[in-house]
Amino acid sequence: MNSVEDFVARIEETCGEERHFVVVFKHDKKDEVAAKILKKAKVEKSISRIIFELSFEDISFRLYGTGKAIFRNLKDKEVLWKVLADLLL
Amino acid sequence: MFDPYKIREDFPILKREINDHPLIYFDNAATTQKPEQVIEAIRKFYEKCNANVHRAVHTLSQEASELYENAHEEVAKFINANGMEEIIFVRGTTEAINLVAYAWGLRNLEREDEVLVTLMEHHSNIVPWEFLSERKGFEVKYVELNDDGTLNYESFENAISNKTKIVSLSHISNVTGVINDVKKVGRMAHEYDALVLVDGAQSAPHLPVDVKDLDIDFLAFSGHKMLGPTGIGVLYGKREILEEMEPFHGGGEMIREVTFNTVTRRCSISWNDLPWKFEAGTPNICGGVGLMAAIKYLKDISMENVKEHEEVLTEYAMGRMQECKKVRIYGPRDVSLKCGIIPFGVEGLSSHDVALFLDSYGIMIRSGFHCAQPLHEGFKLKSSARASFYIYNTREEVGQLVEALKEIEQFQ
Repeated sequence: MNSVEDFVARIEETCGEERHFVVVFKHDKKDEVAAKILKKAKVEKSISRIIFELSFEDISFRLYGTGKAIFRNLKDKEVLWKVLADLLL
Repeated sequence: MFDPYKIREDFPILKREINDHPLIYFDNAATTQKPEQVIEAIRKFYEKCNANVHRAVHTLSQEASELYENAHEEVAKFINANGMEEIIFVRGTTEAINLVAYAWGLRNLEREDEVLVTLMEHHSNIVPWEFLSERKGFEVKYVELNDDGTLNYESFENAISNKTKIVSLSHISNVTGVINDVKKVGRMAHEYDALVLVDGAQSAPHLPVDVKDLDIDFLAFSGHKMLGPTGIGVLYGKREILEEMEPFHGGGEMIREVTFNTVTRRCSISWNDLPWKFEAGTPNICGGVGLMAAIKYLKDISMENVKEHEEVLTEYAMGRMQECKKVRIYGPRDVSLKCGIIPFGVEGLSSHDVALFLDSYGIMIRSGFHCAQPLHEGFKLKSSARASFYIYNTREEVGQLVEALKEIEQFQ
């Protein structure tokens, strides 16, 4: 059975007032991740599969074709982990 | 003749592709790429000359010691210091500033004293002084900036007084690229018998720095921002000041003698000569060798050429970026006031979004605070994107940055 760790290589938390989480997905899983996320989240806008503005439940985030995503203004890493689990599992 | 295209051939990493695009490296204020000459010097050291320095009599140690000492001499010549006695190898700029704060500041700063820094400083030139202030009780005063991020010299004149014991400021801001007139600041500081420490992390790699002409007391800079390896940096200090200072770290190499007194049952210690007094333990020998190769490379190009290339490229980039309607450049527009660092934002997008988007095109820029949060607060910014140039960057690369920015502007 898959877990979030199977898809995530690393998470960078930005410093300062704008607390964002940049999630770097495992390179060999990036296409699988994109497919899973695009199936569950709503695409608000995109530029030629380079960047997607997405919404999922009450969260908006951006996914990049390079296998990275940026989640803005989440309360903490625990919330992020739950969102990732909902999106990927 | 200076030719960035020829220079690029020396940098193996620039042949890489990232995300199916040729690598465009615009994060040079964070660290620079390494030419073959530096990589080869490091490889050769470990292949042929690796041994610990000083105290050993065998041939290999003599060779390693000579290389390591030559590296100090090379740095001394590069910044026009009096000799290797004034050149201390450290891990980087941060450690150099901490060395001064603790080795000089602990003994010389008292409750009634003041340390003057500016609001454009990197955290590495704020935190050590604030830490020490908590222990010693002196005040850290912050010199204001003008609206465009340049140093307000009037605020500086108002802030300095007989209480000021040291002025510690950047030569060049790592966020805006603003060049400070450290010679003028030094003159003002010396009128009050205050010392001057210059954070040269962004200047030593990018323009000619002459410590005698600037008449500064300390200069701190990092090897990895000037083509050298990480983990090696420099603290220059005037010999007479370094001689009066006590060591920062204790251990081997920095001592002349440690004798045990059987009556007091204590050891008595005498220090080694400069610069070794400040280099406790086995130093980063290979780092020094790599830094020497980097400096030789830069000297072959000439620092005047490095400066001119970056000025021309920055002017071109700032002009081209104005084609982007939603891109806002922070800091001064006058290129004569700054070096090759351009902080900017794209309306409606965080700096991290901009960096992630550019990464898709193989363009590496920095996003965030760049370890200078007070400066961002002054600009009322939550963060900024930063493109920073070096000798191997070209107009074509700038053109690709601008085209990518035009594309992300549509994402609104």
